[in-house]
Amino acid sequence: MTDVSLQTAYQDEPQFSDYFALLKPRVMTLVVFTAFVGLLAAPGGMHPFVAFCAILFIAIGGGASGALNMWWDADIDAVMRRTAKRPIPSGRVSGDEALAIGLALSAFSVVFLGLATNWVAAGLLAFTIFFYAVIYTMWLKRATPQNIVIGGAAGAFPPMIGWAAATGGVSIESVLMFALIFMWTPPHFWALALFMRSDYDDAGVPMLTVTHGRPATRRHILIYTVLLAALALAMGVTAVAGPVYLASALILNALFLKGAVAIWRRDEAMAEADNYLVERKFFKLSLLYLFAHFGAILADQALARFGLTWEVFL
Amino acid sequence: MSLTHKHEIHTRRFSRNMGVGLTLVALIGIVFGLTFVKVTRGDFEVPRANSTIVGDQ
Repeated sequence: MTDVSLQTAYQDEPQFSDYFALLKPRVMTLVVFTAFVGLLAAPGGMHPFVAFCAILFIAIGGGASGALNMWWDADIDAVMRRTAKRPIPSGRVSGDEALAIGLALSAFSVVFLGLATNWVAAGLLAFTIFFYAVIYTMWLKRATPQNIVIGGAAGAFPPMIGWAAATGGVSIESVLMFALIFMWTPPHFWALALFMRSDYDDAGVPMLTVTHGRPATRRHILIYTVLLAALALAMGVTAVAGPVYLASALILNALFLKGAVAIWRRDEAMAEADNYLVERKFFKLSLLYLFAHFGAILADQALARFGLTWEVFL
Repeated sequence: MSLTHKHEIHTRRFSRNMGVGLTLVALIGIVFGLTFVKVTRGDFEVPRANSTIVGDQ
């Protein structure tokens, strides 16, 4: 090794933050928040420290599946502008290291969640990691334009895991929270695919925009948004929600439907003219949409602690 | 060689070493905390040492 190559190797040496980036911290915020809501919305109490540990292990499990996803997808991540700076394609972390970290943290998170809470929650976490890393990443992502629809289930499991950690089981309320994220994922990602124009084409990922075209994607966004709105509003009259949720859902779904209709009515020429302004706004709104719905569930649970439930208002 | 001698690798790997160190300390804290909560909450009961009856331990 020459002095120059040695110096370059030193400069490229991974830092702790590079390993942390393998865990997809931004996705982790969604996992943490929805798992937290699932755990708090569940009936029965839980020791605060055990609850904290449960959320931590769910987050670590989610991060581990992210590392496994980055290990498998390093080739296409290098091609896409949005993902080219990730630790593996940028050369800061090797694929083998990502695989080792992903496997080790998967095992750690599942075992510790089982020991801290119960094995139903641990089993659900193990299935979530398997679903995201194997079924979505290795199998569906490069094989079908329905990748996002089915793969969305992986991101929808955290509130169910949180609920299971608190109760030791699965119930209709936790399935409804799962369904809300499951139905939200397709319009969220298809809006992203519309304005990240050539990324998925370049990588050869069969997103709906690539296989069925952009007008079909716009139509699909509208259809899924209508179904999502129906589900979100129906949830408002179930035990998991309350007045805050229903009021928030009415406003958010009206805005979301308005955005979906606007996307459906546009064509590529109109979108290019304003640099996909409507699609970008819809994508940002989708993030607020999910956080606000789960925030509202949390607010209703807080009100319920003070005896303020539907029965008081009706 | 002095133990306090500062090598270049100490600076280069400071972030990694610090990160791993803090992670391990956090792990110890979590295991200790979980053990404390579970034992004090009654999830775990120490078997009576002087019991001779099978099934009474």
